[in-house]
Amino acid sequence: MGGNSTDTMSLNLKVWRQKNAKDKGQMVDYKLDGVSPDMSFLEMMDTLNTKLVKEKGDTIAFDHDCREGICGMCSMMINGQAHGPEAETTTCQLHMRKFKSGDTIVVEPWRAKAFPVIKDLMVDRTALDDIMVAGGYVNVNTGNPQDANSILIGQENAELAMDAAACIGCGACVASCKNASAMLFVSAKISQLALLPQGEIESAARAQAMVAKMDELGFGNCTNEAECEAQCPKGIKIENIARMNREWFKGVIGNR
Amino acid sequence: MTTQIKKLDGKVPAGPIQDRWKTHKFNMKIVNAANKRKYSVIVVGTGLAGASAAASLAELGYNVSTFCIQDSPRRAHSIAAQGGINAAKNYPNDGDSIYRLFYDTVKGGDYRARESNVYRLAEVANNIIDQCVAQGVPFAREYGGTLSNRSFGGAQVSRTFYARGQTGQQLLLGAYSAMMKEINNGKIKSYTRREMVELVIVEGKARGIIVRNLITGEFEKYMADAVLIATGGYGNVFYLSTNAKASNASAAFRAYKKGAYFANPCFTQIHPTCIPVSGDHQSKLTLMSESLRNDGRVWVPKKKGDTRKPQDIPEEERDYYLERIYPSFGNLVPRDVASRNAKNQCDAGFGVSQTGKAVYLDFAAAIKRDGHDKIKAKYGNLFDMYQRITDADPYKTPMMIYPAIHYTMGGLWVDYNLMSNIPGLFVLGEANFSDHGANRLGASALMQGLADGYFVIPYTLGNYFATEKFEKIDTNHPEFEKAFSSSKERFNKLLAVNGTKTVDEFHKELGLVMWDNVGMGRNAEGLQTAIKRIQEIRADFWKNVKVTGTNVDVNTELEKAGRVADFLELGELMAKDALIRKESCGGHFREESQTEEGEAKRDDENFCHVAAWEYQGESAEPLRHIEELQFEFVKLTQRSYK
Repeated sequence: MGGNSTDTMSLNLKVWRQKNAKDKGQMVDYKLDGVSPDMSFLEMMDTLNTKLVKEKGDTIAFDHDCREGICGMCSMMINGQAHGPEAETTTCQLHMRKFKSGDTIVVEPWRAKAFPVIKDLMVDRTALDDIMVAGGYVNVNTGNPQDANSILIGQENAELAMDAAACIGCGACVASCKNASAMLFVSAKISQLALLPQGEIESAARAQAMVAKMDELGFGNCTNEAECEAQCPKGIKIENIARMNREWFKGVIGNR
Repeated sequence: MTTQIKKLDGKVPAGPIQDRWKTHKFNMKIVNAANKRKYSVIVVGTGLAGASAAASLAELGYNVSTFCIQDSPRRAHSIAAQGGINAAKNYPNDGDSIYRLFYDTVKGGDYRARESNVYRLAEVANNIIDQCVAQGVPFAREYGGTLSNRSFGGAQVSRTFYARGQTGQQLLLGAYSAMMKEINNGKIKSYTRREMVELVIVEGKARGIIVRNLITGEFEKYMADAVLIATGGYGNVFYLSTNAKASNASAAFRAYKKGAYFANPCFTQIHPTCIPVSGDHQSKLTLMSESLRNDGRVWVPKKKGDTRKPQDIPEEERDYYLERIYPSFGNLVPRDVASRNAKNQCDAGFGVSQTGKAVYLDFAAAIKRDGHDKIKAKYGNLFDMYQRITDADPYKTPMMIYPAIHYTMGGLWVDYNLMSNIPGLFVLGEANFSDHGANRLGASALMQGLADGYFVIPYTLGNYFATEKFEKIDTNHPEFEKAFSSSKERFNKLLAVNGTKTVDEFHKELGLVMWDNVGMGRNAEGLQTAIKRIQEIRADFWKNVKVTGTNVDVNTELEKAGRVADFLELGELMAKDALIRKESCGGHFREESQTEEGEAKRDDENFCHVAAWEYQGESAEPLRHIEELQFEFVKLTQRSYK
């Protein structure tokens, strides 16, 4: 039962250490005892960091914030899987009871050309914001729009738009893809807005602009492996990529 | 205690409450469209309030710079709000109105908020929903395509708009996308992984900030014609809270130390349905929507220290204490009452779980009545989340819950224009004190953040610019140099202590003192102990803290140390504020001030005011100024839930 586990675990951790962007970096081994199965993966990392402070070593830098699976800040490759082995779960919501005492766990940062390492497990995901800047919005200013109920949206489309909008922008899709493609991320936003009348007007131009930016920033292409979908902590579907392609083609045809 | 009390003026316009904001908007000066590009604005924090303000001001033509500590503005903790956002649209035709939303919010805040501010909040709430829909926020819809509403937080009407259990996320992404649009238009420059460490005041006006670049460790100077602080609340002073790990009080507290008044710091909100602490490793607490109390029954064993499994405890040996004490409201009493009673049961030795710091929330009766499928349809997501964290199945065994710090109503003092007592320093969202009084109603935090950013600051900031003259200065001004070097010194000092205890150890120690003495129930003795203990911990911190790493490159330990140093001072201020407020109101329960039945007793004769604290230097006591509150429209009455 929750909160009642008394047996602790011992773990062998192999963690990527890299002083800064210029450093070459290497895997470093740590042994950690006294890990409670009730700890989250990040609490396990906190425990290791406390040990490092006590030993006057430099702590391992990693991104994290809300620790409830919604902010998209945490980002670790755990044994080669983005956010670790549990389906539809971010690193912060992964608990140590999913591992066994004596396990060796390999912890690495997101690996992608467009996500340079800042330090240790922390990477720079500014490229995702840059793609949003290119067109991830409806061009409407704050002011006095019409009454909210004057735009009717069928429940089915509203639900599909919400499914796509659930993306937390963590970048697990990029990290899981052998081509480091950002298509799942980009298509989620394009889909959300294309499915709603408010966003439909600019839909083709939006797809053109965002895809062009994505290519420019060094993300790869999609070769239909669907690793992104398998690793996405929010269950974003690759059908969004199909929808993105449709909107993008509309742009191509429309330009002629 | 304090003698030089100032009577603060909230600059509230006069007249009928329905007309005040309209009249004020007309009376305010406007910056000519072509002149707006001559003004620059710094926005610190990019949650709902900061992002919506930044986007709206940029659209008007001002030059905006935004600063956030995360890697992207989209990560701000507004994203974690689950439930929804209130507005008085009256779509369900159940009798809602702006006046009713205003009335509920004043009453819910236990008469410690400014009526005029609250009315304005209720008034612009409808525009917020329109604005968000226009941006493409995917709110829940009915089959016919209209927007869905649900009831929330004890309101008698259905006025909460929602996007599944992720309303905060969707609203934030709406404001964030508006920000991205303005970055593309060249009107916003977004600085990420930057932490504000000092406010710069030149000739009495807020003119800039010093930030620490969290990647390079360098300090940077930024200048503008106005500074907006929208950095959220200070719940993390308790160490364990539902706030994000990096949520902190430093930007607001740095401003306080530069002369901005800190209002009602003791007003904190504790949420009753959180997942309990599982051990010393616990780093934060997770909230579950309070809608669970609609079907769950709260109980503890009648026998102290009963270690039997809940299913083995027969019905007659269970104490459904909320149903027993509050027969008419039962499990649906307000947040503060539910929280306090859970603590009372645990303090008396009836708590469950290994820690004794939990009570049961039991769905067995609801499952028997409505069936497994119906409960799953209602609460499936929450049950899954609970199981993921605790490894226990709430369909088979009761959930365990415990209250946790969730929101802070106190914050920097602002007038009706959202300006602090320092000209040019504006404070928005949870970081200010203004709209929720001593207790915030459910689904009102999102409403306030967006109201401040989309619909209040675009008007009031223009008025400030149009009525002030600005000196031509640059970041070489001596005030910038002074703030720059003092910030640098402060962080070097933290690194130089080189003691033996970790930053987290100090933070946890502070958190325990706060929780035990400045938490759900407060009394004079406990508060005095807290003040003394916090002073000791603070002294120990500056002697014994160990901050590893250096001041170049990323140093997350140093970041934490800077924030904890501020919490160690803010905690004391909260205890002092709670000590002087000898009444119970909203989330502030003074044990000396209760009715014969043990309920909170307000003292309107002596405390119907805002307490705003002014910093007086390290060795002096801060001054407690007051702003008297007038209740012209909502009559002062005592709450009762029996």
